[in-house]
Amino acid sequence: MISIQHEDFDLNHEYLQLRDCNDGDGAIVTFSGLVRDYNADGSVSGLFLEHYPGMTEKSLMDICVQARAKWPLGQIRIIHRIGQLNANEQIVFVGVTSAHRAAAFSAAEFIMDYLKTQAPIWKQEHSAKGPKWVEAKDSDVTAANKW
Amino acid sequence: MIKIQFFASLRERLGQAKMNVEYNGELTVEALKQQLLTRGEDWQALSGNNVLCALNQSICKPDTIINDGDEIAFFPPVTGG
Repeated sequence: MISIQHEDFDLNHEYLQLRDCNDGDGAIVTFSGLVRDYNADGSVSGLFLEHYPGMTEKSLMDICVQARAKWPLGQIRIIHRIGQLNANEQIVFVGVTSAHRAAAFSAAEFIMDYLKTQAPIWKQEHSAKGPKWVEAKDSDVTAANKW
Repeated sequence: MIKIQFFASLRERLGQAKMNVEYNGELTVEALKQQLLTRGEDWQALSGNNVLCALNQSICKPDTIINDGDEIAFFPPVTGG
């Protein structure tokens, strides 16, 4: 299931959902991303996240299809928050279940790497210097290309 | 009629999020972009070679043909996650 939302999410709730819905899988891997309070230029007070409604959901669904083609997965849960977020808040959640841990670890990493380069979401950082759109990083492209 | 949308830094530089354009031709996405570039200096923001384009909410290539009723979007490289 995919959610694009303003609201925060509860890790324990998401974990229990994955656990309750899973069909005998032996592994649950979860990743949660937080808003960093610094960047290369100094301290960051928060972020504004903009996205392309419709295409974001479509691209994340496509990433799930690709992940399922690579590994035998049970449940996939993706949450991405949008709007105004403060430093240290939760921003993204990926949870994956599989029969064994290797597939679950790999799939969670794959989904995050692809999400960062494919999903139409943009961050604007806020600092003492004012708002600044974050530029895409070559290292993210490299990470996605390794799959 | 086609709907064109702009996002993030591109939306800010162009001063608009979306526009509807009368359409009855057979333009490629690249040809549409070239037409938009003739609208003035602000529109040069579209000319960067890192500007991405989506047709009906899927990333597309410059030579993709646009049909009437399509939704086109231009945006900078994505930075979510």
